[in-house]
Amino acid sequence: MINFLLIPILIPFFMGMVLMFLHKKVRLQRILSLLTLFCAAFMALLVMVKVKNEGVQTITFGNWPAPYGITMVADGMSSLLVFTTFVLGFFIAWYSFESIGREREQFFYYPGLMFILTGVTGAFTTGDIFNLFVFFEVLLMSSYLLIVLGGEKGQLRESIKYILVNVISSALFVIAVAYLYSVVGTLSMADISVKIAEINQPGIITTIAVLFLLVFGLKAAIFPLYFWLPSSYGAAPIPVLALFGALLTKVGVYAIMRTYTLFFVHDVSYTHEILLILAVLTILAGCIGALATFNVKQIIIYNIVIAVGVILFGTAQMNETGLEGALFYLVHDMIIKAVLFMLVGLVIYVTGTSNLRKMGGLMKTYPVLGWFYLIAAFGLAGIPPLSGFIGKLLIVQGGFEAGNIWSSIFLLASSLIVLLSVIRIFIYAFWGEEGERVTVEKHRYNRMFFPTAILVIISVAYGVGSEWLVPFMDNAAKILVDPSIYVDAVMKGGE
Amino acid sequence: MRTNNLILQFTSKFVFFIIFFFAVHIFFAGHYTPGGGFVGGLLMSSAIVLLVIAYDLKTVQMILPVNYMYMTAAGLILAVGTAAFPMFKGKPFFTHFFDYFHLPLIGKTSLHTAALFDLGVFLVVVGVTMTIIQTIGEDE
Repeated sequence: MINFLLIPILIPFFMGMVLMFLHKKVRLQRILSLLTLFCAAFMALLVMVKVKNEGVQTITFGNWPAPYGITMVADGMSSLLVFTTFVLGFFIAWYSFESIGREREQFFYYPGLMFILTGVTGAFTTGDIFNLFVFFEVLLMSSYLLIVLGGEKGQLRESIKYILVNVISSALFVIAVAYLYSVVGTLSMADISVKIAEINQPGIITTIAVLFLLVFGLKAAIFPLYFWLPSSYGAAPIPVLALFGALLTKVGVYAIMRTYTLFFVHDVSYTHEILLILAVLTILAGCIGALATFNVKQIIIYNIVIAVGVILFGTAQMNETGLEGALFYLVHDMIIKAVLFMLVGLVIYVTGTSNLRKMGGLMKTYPVLGWFYLIAAFGLAGIPPLSGFIGKLLIVQGGFEAGNIWSSIFLLASSLIVLLSVIRIFIYAFWGEEGERVTVEKHRYNRMFFPTAILVIISVAYGVGSEWLVPFMDNAAKILVDPSIYVDAVMKGGE
Repeated sequence: MRTNNLILQFTSKFVFFIIFFFAVHIFFAGHYTPGGGFVGGLLMSSAIVLLVIAYDLKTVQMILPVNYMYMTAAGLILAVGTAAFPMFKGKPFFTHFFDYFHLPLIGKTSLHTAALFDLGVFLVVVGVTMTIIQTIGEDE
């Protein structure tokens, strides 16, 4: 079946439309969303296995030949990310049953969830730069809905900021695409790669490369464009925050990785040097932010910024080890950020506050939550054998191979800051005197805790079982290093 | 607020239908010439907006008891359904089909699945525009 790679994207898309009709029936919506996301995740798994066994899968819409039609491409990286997205979507949807609130559930929360997942996975899969913009818009519009849903005062204030930033960056995106089109005369990503190689990346293309970095950097929250992220994300309710933190910035990161490995690879000493410096500064800025605040949400949000820096650092090395590390770390970070936000959501639920200084003594009443949090925190910092370790190891190894000794050491040192920032939550919230408490409905707490616990276990399994994932990652990293595999697959698919 | 809207109300009754038929014309013209579902949808919603201006939101909702949110969803399903249909025939997503048919009265006509897709777009545009306008209008 030639359309196979589209099925995981189409399933939630269709269901989102159907759920719009059923928006008053909360129970039915919950069941259908879980079922949909399970099917989508399963299909994405099949696509991922197929890509590994049979090579890159492509489909060009409307039966057009390859560089002229819109191509969708499932290569190692995109199929892996699509699968991860749906797994996380499944658990976040499950978690939100008890935490998002009935009013939001009746007001198109689940359709919004479906559409945002469509947008994210579509952006991961598309092989056309303008179509990438379209999928960005799909996910952004759904994110506008999700961030403002509920209409609390803080949400309204921050969503205006969020919308403004994203509208401006979208406009810049179109401008950048137009520039690129005016130079190379094509929008198919595979074809752009060929054309840029033919003209050997003159100065104008390098300028466009930096412009693209600006555009995607705004979405991915790199230094100095991350300014909007902490306050905007902070206003969203926890399940939405988990979804955004796990997925949205990663789409920007994915776009940078894709364009910087497929298009702009002929002037590495300039473009990737900028990327490297920005990555290091991003980590630095994130570390400062994470240590400076006493708001649990903000601590994790600043850790998103750090992780973006780490992944881009791996990308900037432009060798197979570094890129494989970046991929490992990307998937790890998607999982662990969702886990951490869900755990922090539980902590906020039982204490009724997000201020660290008012918490304390949770270890007595919620020991299981404490231990799961500790595991997740260690996973984030990359303590072996947990999930962050292998990615960071490969990134640093790639950094040494590329001769970036000092920045690699800096990266290692930053892990300690990351550990410190999340352990602070552990110390303040779980140790010490009994802090603030609110009455907790036990069954609600349990229903929120259950998906979180499973996701923690998945993150541990991701770290311990990384040996089994190596073939997938190898396969994905090979394409990133050698764009000709990607190009050949797309062009051959059109014949 | 309103003093004398008689002329506006009277004309808009006629103009509504003129705009409506023009929208339909533009919608079908869109296959070979400029036009299509998007523009047609915008014209259609502008016709409804004219009624809203001439009368008020409640009256228009009484005349056209449509849930625009569901209209959007139905349009989306139609559009994506048309696009997804070729998948069952082993063709790539978004492949369109067309053929010539002899219809009574009209004669030889070309029927194209792109028109179905465009109808979906039409419904989505009308649905979204009217939802936005209703939401803003309700705040008064």
